[in-house]
Amino acid sequence: MLADPVIEVQEGDFDLGESWAALQRSVGKGVGAMAGFTGLVRESTASDAGGSRVDEPVKALVLEHYPGMTEASMRKIVDQASARWQLLGVHVAHRVGRLAPGEQIVMVLVASGHRADAFAACEYIMDYLKTDAVLWKREDYLHTSGTLEKTGSSRWLHSADEDKARRSNWQD
Amino acid sequence: MKIRVLFFASLREAIGMEALVLEVSEGTYAELRTRLVDKLGEAADPLWLENVRVAHNQELVAQAATSLVLIDGDEVAFLPPVTGG
Repeated sequence: MLADPVIEVQEGDFDLGESWAALQRSVGKGVGAMAGFTGLVRESTASDAGGSRVDEPVKALVLEHYPGMTEASMRKIVDQASARWQLLGVHVAHRVGRLAPGEQIVMVLVASGHRADAFAACEYIMDYLKTDAVLWKREDYLHTSGTLEKTGSSRWLHSADEDKARRSNWQD
Repeated sequence: MKIRVLFFASLREAIGMEALVLEVSEGTYAELRTRLVDKLGEAADPLWLENVRVAHNQELVAQAATSLVLIDGDEVAFLPPVTGG
């Protein structure tokens, strides 16, 4: 099991380059591969307008967490990944609060001896963050058409079926 | 005894507050539910939806209705469906 993954939940932005270099320094000599992912706020979201899909411009993404429980849920995901692959270091940062389109939301960095483990663990952690991390996301829209006309100018998001399918692909 | 109750995301918005402290006479889910309905009335309705999960002192409770045992000072949170990333 990985001794000391870095798990951060924060309002402020993170510096990808700095975090990448810091992780590389912290894992030392055995490292042979690092993989990383960042998620960004999209500028529009698909909405169903009477059978045809339209793009709703997003004004902001609002993320809410449960201090303590959120970090624990993220730690559990990282522990599962490190039980499954040979990992030397992991850094996960997730932002909360109000984010504008184009801003960074989440970062997953994984260091390992070989690339296969690094790629797989990075993807696994990201897939589980989508479905199991104790976080809530609300999209606020610039204006509303399609189905959103009826449901209002903001919407709390659920894990998409696609996210659940990706997670279940990891289960033996 | 006093129980701190937390509401998140869509539930916080529906109820119009993020936390409250309830005085309960026994540490059961049924008692908690009764006191929440006393306090919030119909605004408490979304708490009983099937997709809402209950956390007791930050641990998810599988079958809150039958397994929850509360003591003074405990924290209970109502969690709507989550998504991160």
